[in-house]
Amino acid sequence: MAKYDKKVIGELIDGRLEFYQLKEMMSSHKDPERFQLYREVLQERVPWDDPILLSYGLHLYIVQKKNGDRIVKCDCGHEFCDYKKNWKLHARIFVRDTEEKMNEIYPKLMSPDPEWQVIREYYCPGCATQLDVEAVPPWYPILLDFEPDIDTFYNEWVKLPLPNVK
Amino acid sequence: MSKVLNDGLQQTKKPIGWNGKTLKQMRREIDEISKETGYYAGLTELSLKESDPIRFEKIYSKLRGGIVHARETAKKVAASPIVEQEGELCFSLYTPEADSIVTSTGIIIHVGTMGAAIKFMIENDYEDNPGIADKDIFCNNDNHVGNVHTCDVHTLVPIFWEDEVIGWVGGVTHVIDTGASAPGSMPMGPVQRYDDGYQVTCRKIGQNDVLSKDWLLESTRSVRAVKYWTLDEKTRVAGCHMVRDLVLDVIKEEGVDTYKQFIREIIEDGRRGFVNQVKTMLIPGKYRQASFVDVPFKDLDLPSFARINTIMHSPSEITVHEDAKLEIDFEGTNRWGWHPFNATPVSITSGIWVMLSQTLVPNDRINDGAYYASKFGVPYGSWLNPDDIRSAHSNTWHALVSAWSPLWRGLSRSYYGRGYLEEVNAGNAHTTNWLMGGGIDQYGQLSALNSFETAACGVGAGAVKDGISHSAALWNPEGDMGDMEIWELLEPLLYLGREILPGSGGAGKYRGGNGWQSLRLGWGAKEWSMFVAGAGAMATDCGLMGGYPASSGYRFIAHNTDIKERIAKQLPIPLGGDFDPDNPIWDTSMNAETIHRDRQAVSTQEEFKDYDVIMNYLRGGPGFGDPLERNPKFVEQDLNERLILLRYAEKVYGCAFTEENGVYTVDIRATKERRKQIRKERLERSDPTKEWMESEKVTIMNKEASLQVKHMYAESFALSEKFTNDFKDFWNMPKDWMVYEDELNVPMLGSHINRFKQ
Repeated sequence: MAKYDKKVIGELIDGRLEFYQLKEMMSSHKDPERFQLYREVLQERVPWDDPILLSYGLHLYIVQKKNGDRIVKCDCGHEFCDYKKNWKLHARIFVRDTEEKMNEIYPKLMSPDPEWQVIREYYCPGCATQLDVEAVPPWYPILLDFEPDIDTFYNEWVKLPLPNVK
Repeated sequence: MSKVLNDGLQQTKKPIGWNGKTLKQMRREIDEISKETGYYAGLTELSLKESDPIRFEKIYSKLRGGIVHARETAKKVAASPIVEQEGELCFSLYTPEADSIVTSTGIIIHVGTMGAAIKFMIENDYEDNPGIADKDIFCNNDNHVGNVHTCDVHTLVPIFWEDEVIGWVGGVTHVIDTGASAPGSMPMGPVQRYDDGYQVTCRKIGQNDVLSKDWLLESTRSVRAVKYWTLDEKTRVAGCHMVRDLVLDVIKEEGVDTYKQFIREIIEDGRRGFVNQVKTMLIPGKYRQASFVDVPFKDLDLPSFARINTIMHSPSEITVHEDAKLEIDFEGTNRWGWHPFNATPVSITSGIWVMLSQTLVPNDRINDGAYYASKFGVPYGSWLNPDDIRSAHSNTWHALVSAWSPLWRGLSRSYYGRGYLEEVNAGNAHTTNWLMGGGIDQYGQLSALNSFETAACGVGAGAVKDGISHSAALWNPEGDMGDMEIWELLEPLLYLGREILPGSGGAGKYRGGNGWQSLRLGWGAKEWSMFVAGAGAMATDCGLMGGYPASSGYRFIAHNTDIKERIAKQLPIPLGGDFDPDNPIWDTSMNAETIHRDRQAVSTQEEFKDYDVIMNYLRGGPGFGDPLERNPKFVEQDLNERLILLRYAEKVYGCAFTEENGVYTVDIRATKERRKQIRKERLERSDPTKEWMESEKVTIMNKEASLQVKHMYAESFALSEKFTNDFKDFWNMPKDWMVYEDELNVPMLGSHINRFKQ
């Protein structure tokens, strides 16, 4: 079974591993300690102290607050909402709903037709990072795309103590 | 009279199952005990595996190696480029009750579909009539039995040991033509089952290892590309017989009791392995996503009830349960329609296994064990499960590949959360265009073509790497575009170009693999028609975590061109790719009576003559992460390798360049400034989501949307109370607000289930 140290996991996060290394990682049995190492590397990198419970997406984390809340937080420090709510509703949105706006991203005819579909871009209000892009017909509800069962994951699957606020 | 005869047969025929049981009894017993105990066949212990693991693995390796070998050998019998070049075939071994034990490489979606066909025979008492005997040969390609589409033709052979069925072997090839209302294997034109082509419903086509003459005559008179059809069938029969011999050899070596024990244990082992993988790779919880495909049929040459623009809606919710059971529910999917893109539950679920074998369970233990560890919700009456036998399925993949793509995103959220970044994939390409046609070919023969260049589309981006360009199709992991020289030999079309289409992969920190185009010139056919089949008006999936969706498709066809004269005069003609569709050069390199350059990426047959031109555009994969975070050096490389256009390198990736002799060098300092400026502009032009929702709600209240958008919602509302409630709750709509199909003045033929009319 493969085993990696923090340095390798850091290089993985940074996209600095060569393809043959990634291929070997993909072909090997998964290293059970990965989650813990990964969480620790991420925690060392963020500029705030709230313990990371789960990496929720690129730049997004579910963190533990002192008052017991679990919230979605950007690595820039912007706090969105409770993790059971939809962070996108607390983001900024830009909707590409005309040919002109579509053409900023795609050459002619290579974008969706706005009569059929729009592109919604969600930005972090803190750092303006584009955190998600949806291609949906007008009116489509904004989906809560990930609702993790954090307690079962920690207590029964990876059998690790939940990180505490120091 | 008939009843008396049947009763007589039942009394005189000896059951062919184990221990004096019928296959039907065996099927029911397996289902009952597996459900009751939670273990396949009730196996709480794997006694053979645990007592002699080496022997267990040896038997598995022999069967697996042998079945892969059978596929590779039998493939050489075929002449069809789809089978011989692209490897569109597969063999699978089953238990007597039709649970899969081991499968070959290739189009492994058919592990499920062939199993469904055998189950259909068992359920319909084939044991009594027409009878199942040693050395019989059966054929199936009936979509409503559970096939993917008509062109996937199954050969099914029972394997006997003494007087008992010890198993089944199935072989499938994707044939070039099925005698549908239009040529090609996945034609555009069929809108109901009776247009889909020659459908064979689990028919006995041979005895004593010999194909019946009536079958050979009828089948070869029912399709266009006869020589390919014939050699495909020989391929399937040869492979099935190789696998049958293999199984009998294993039984001779190991004993029949051991073999019987083995086939039960290997499936239970597969179930346990799947549960283990789920616990190793995923995070319990819920994952929601959706995708869409356009059906722009309003202006096509079709029956009036099919001439409508609509959208196929594919929402999905993955639940990873506490006990690691994987559940996928497609609640909210809209109605089936009069188009060839409908699917069956077996095709969607089997396809999910194809996908999972490339991500969650990337090993060779693909059998029905995983099926017993999972659960699917496929709404009746939806396009995934039509409630009408008239539904057409010839081009099922059009929407299936879109329905699967969001599942990658769901799983990838798990991989990302656990730190398995190497496994993240933003989704799969919409594996189109399907370039198809037929008529009298350059050899004077009645023929058809279905270009399988589609087997090499762009891969979705990962969390730490770009998607690979022009390299894969979800449905066949071998991914090969085929050699131009071979296609030219087989098709009356010459190549004018084959080139990557810049920007066809979704932009992102890591970009989706690019798609590509080939440009074909009509040459040598006597009578020929062609059409295109791809997504055009919509992107068929989102991007992941800030990446953009792959670009959508378009059509380019030119009729009655002056290319012959231009060649004679040595004037420029269209060559290469349509590098920048905003500034097209193909159109200026010829004169043509008609040029279709539009989003009508599905079309019906049009006559296609020598010197006519048609584009085959194979799509790219979606992107991952904010493009502004892409390493500027990667953008520079992409630009110099013609993988993106300059203006998008500047606008989407926020890079600045200097240029010398056509070579671009990224200016890191200016790039930093430009990216900072773009971030500022983002905040200026965007709105808080909740504020935007208020304005969007007004358009919903006023029902301001195109007909196809309203039609999609109306269909999902009519089928699903849950989707309706979720929609209305999200937008906080008044109780009496609703969009009904009836109010849209659209054809309603075949709209049976309607919860508003109950």
